[in-house]
Amino acid sequence: MTTQEWKFTAKDIASTPDLFLSGHRACAGCGPASTLRLILKATRGPTIVTEATGCMEIVGSVYPYTSWALPWLHTAFENAAANASGIDAALKAMGRKGKVKEHVDIIAIAGDGGTYDIGLQALSGAVERGHDFLFVLYDNEGYMNTGIQRSSSTPMGAATTTTPAGSVIPGKLQMKKPIDEIMLAHEMPYVATATTYYWKDMVTKVRKGLEVEGPAFLHIFAPCPRGWRTDPSKTMEYSKLAVESCVFPIWEAVNSKRQLSTPSKLIALAPQKKRPVKDYLAGQGRFRHLFTPQFQHIVDEMQRFTDEHWERLIKNCEPSS
Amino acid sequence: MEKQVKQETVAYNGDEAVAFAAKQCDVDVVAAYPITPQTIIVEKFSEYVANGEVQTEFVCTESEHSAMTACLAASVTGARTFTASASAGLALMHEMLFVTSGSRAPVVMAIANRALSAPLNIHGDQSDSIAERDSGWIHIYVENAQEAYDSIIQAFKIAEDVGVSLPIIVGLDGFTISHTLERVDVLPEDAVKQYVGERQLPNVVTQEGKTVPFKLDPDNPMTMGPNALPNYYFEFKRQQEEGMRNALKKIQEVNSEYAKISGRSYGNGLVDAYKLEDAEVAVVCIGSTAGTLKVIVDQLRQEGVKAGLLRLRTFRPLPVEELRNGLKNIKAIAVMDKSISFGGFGGPVFNEIRHVMYDAKEHPLIVDYIYGLGGRDTSPRDLRRIFEDLMQIAKTGHAETQVQYWGLRE
Repeated sequence: MTTQEWKFTAKDIASTPDLFLSGHRACAGCGPASTLRLILKATRGPTIVTEATGCMEIVGSVYPYTSWALPWLHTAFENAAANASGIDAALKAMGRKGKVKEHVDIIAIAGDGGTYDIGLQALSGAVERGHDFLFVLYDNEGYMNTGIQRSSSTPMGAATTTTPAGSVIPGKLQMKKPIDEIMLAHEMPYVATATTYYWKDMVTKVRKGLEVEGPAFLHIFAPCPRGWRTDPSKTMEYSKLAVESCVFPIWEAVNSKRQLSTPSKLIALAPQKKRPVKDYLAGQGRFRHLFTPQFQHIVDEMQRFTDEHWERLIKNCEPSS
Repeated sequence: MEKQVKQETVAYNGDEAVAFAAKQCDVDVVAAYPITPQTIIVEKFSEYVANGEVQTEFVCTESEHSAMTACLAASVTGARTFTASASAGLALMHEMLFVTSGSRAPVVMAIANRALSAPLNIHGDQSDSIAERDSGWIHIYVENAQEAYDSIIQAFKIAEDVGVSLPIIVGLDGFTISHTLERVDVLPEDAVKQYVGERQLPNVVTQEGKTVPFKLDPDNPMTMGPNALPNYYFEFKRQQEEGMRNALKKIQEVNSEYAKISGRSYGNGLVDAYKLEDAEVAVVCIGSTAGTLKVIVDQLRQEGVKAGLLRLRTFRPLPVEELRNGLKNIKAIAVMDKSISFGGFGGPVFNEIRHVMYDAKEHPLIVDYIYGLGGRDTSPRDLRRIFEDLMQIAKTGHAETQVQYWGLRE
C-alpha cells in the first residue's frame, strides 16, 4: 500500500459537495448521520455504497426520497459485505469484458448489529476472499433502529431494552466484543478505529482504506443520543471523551502493523492526561444506575477492563515513527 | 436466427449439462456454495474458471445466504449472474430470494431438488424449491439432462427480458437427473451466445428526466433497495406480479424460438402434454417422473386405455389457461406431488390443479398421490397402479380417498 499522507482541511471538507444529503430522518444529534456525511467527503472518484439494514439505511432511503447522491444498494441486514463481494465481482468481470471502463471504489456500511453480530460471517468471508472494498462500521453500541436492544458491542453495565437495569441485574453483564482484534486476525491490509470528533483523522482513514488494494475495515465510534440517553448537543463531547478515557482508543494498522493515532498517542505519551472512565459514563442515561452504592463495583470493573485493554494496546503498537 | 444448427452429442449428467449451459451463456458472475446434489455444477464451473475457459468471476462464498446476496448485488451492478443450490442451501437463501425478486434482479439458479431436514436426507424430492413457491421466482422444472441444458439457456432469455426482469429457478430432480449420465445434444457456443445475446437492462427515468439503465452506476446514481412505507410498497408488489404475467408469454415465445435453432421444444414451454387430447384418465406431475409415465401411457394405449400425461413444466407463473384447456375433458386426474404440505389438503401441486379446475364447466375427479419423498423410488409398476386406480375412479365416478401416500411402508 502506498501510505500517502492525506491532509484534509476544514476548507477541503466545506468545499466538497455532500454525498449524504440533508432531508434524511435521523434523530437530532445523531452520531452516525454526521459520520456518514463526513466520511463520504473522502471518496476519490466513482464509488458505489452498500448498506446493511439499520438506522442509517432507514433514514436515508424512504421511497420516493433519497439522501444518497451516490449509487447505493441495500438488500438485507446480515450481508453488507456480501453485497460488496457481488459488486466487486461484477465490476471485475465486466471490466475484463470492457463494459466497465474505470476503477470504482466500494464502501460497505453497517452498524454494530450488522457487523459484530448478524453480519460477522459475511464480513469474515468477504475479507478472507480479498474483495477490494472498505467496510465502515458505525458503532453506536446497540440495535438502535429497533428500539435500543443490546448487541455484542454494547458495553458492560449499559442498560438497553433487552438488558434493562433491574433491581438484581445491572444492565448488560458481558464486555464489548473485541471486533477490531477479530478483523486484525484476518491479516487484512488495513484496519483502523476512529471517532467523529477527531474528524480529520477519521476522514483520512477513510481515504487510506479506499487507497488500499483489497479489504479495509474502519471502526467508527458514533454516539447515539436516543440509545445512550444523552443530550443531543453532547454527541461530539462523548465522541471525544471516549478517546480521552481510553474507552475507545484510536489507531490504525497497515498490513498488521499497528500505530496509535495522534489523540491516543498523546495520552500514551502523557498518561496523566488519561481521564477516568467515570467521566465518560457520567451523564449517559444508560449508565445512570451504576452511580449507586449497589452497582458502584461495575464502574470499578469497567475502569479495570479499560486499563487492561489500553496497556495491552500500547504493547501491541509499533514504536511511533 | 431461424435455421437449425448442427449439434454435438455428448454424455453429461444433469449437473454437467447445467454447468456447460451456464458457460456457453457467458455469465459474468457465479457466486455459489456447494451442496449435494448440486455440487457437480459448481465443481464443473470451477474447472472452466481454472482452465481459463470462461471470463466469469467465480465467488466461492462462505454460505448460501452470501451466495444469493452476491448474485443479487452483481446482477444489479449489470452483470449476468448464475448460481446453483439445493435443499438446506436454498432454505438458507430464503430471505434473499424475496429480496432478489423484489429488486427485479434476473438471477438464474439451478436447483438440484433434494429433501429437507430433519431427518437429514440428501436424496431427491421437490420439497426445497416448492417451499419457495411464493418467493417471486419463476419456476421451471425439467424432465431430463437435455432439458436441463436447454432450460438454463432459455432461463437467461426469460429472466433478462426487460418486461419480465425476474429471477428464475430451473429445478432438476436430485440424483435422478443431476447425477444420471445421459445423452445430451449441445449447441455450438457461438450459436448460444448469439441466441442469448448481451444482457439487456431496463431503462428508468431519473428525477432530472434522463433515461438511464437500471443498475448501480456512478454516472447515474440510483438508490436501490430503498425502504417503502405503506404508501408505496403495494405498488412495487403489483408491478412484480406484472413481471410474472409477462413471463407467461415470454416462456412460450422462448420455447418456440429455441425450437427453431435446436429442434427441441417442451410442450408450449408452460405445460408439456402427452397423448392428452382424447384421454379419459391422466396424470399430472412435475419433473423426471414424466419420463417413466410416458412409457406407461404408451403401454396403456396399446392395451386400449385412453391414458394421458400432463407435465407441469412452469410452476410459477402458473399456466392457468393451459392447465384448464389441457385437462377439461379428462374424467379422472391423478396429481403426483413429490413434496408435502403438512396439515393441508393434499400436496402443493394437487392444490393448484384442483383450484384451477374449479371453474371448469365439467369437474373431473382429481386425486393426489404424494410420492418419492427423500428419494424413495417409484417403480413403473407403482405408476401403472395409479392409472389402474384412475380407471376405476372414471368408471365408478367416485374416488374413495382423495390423498394417498404412494410407495410408503404403512
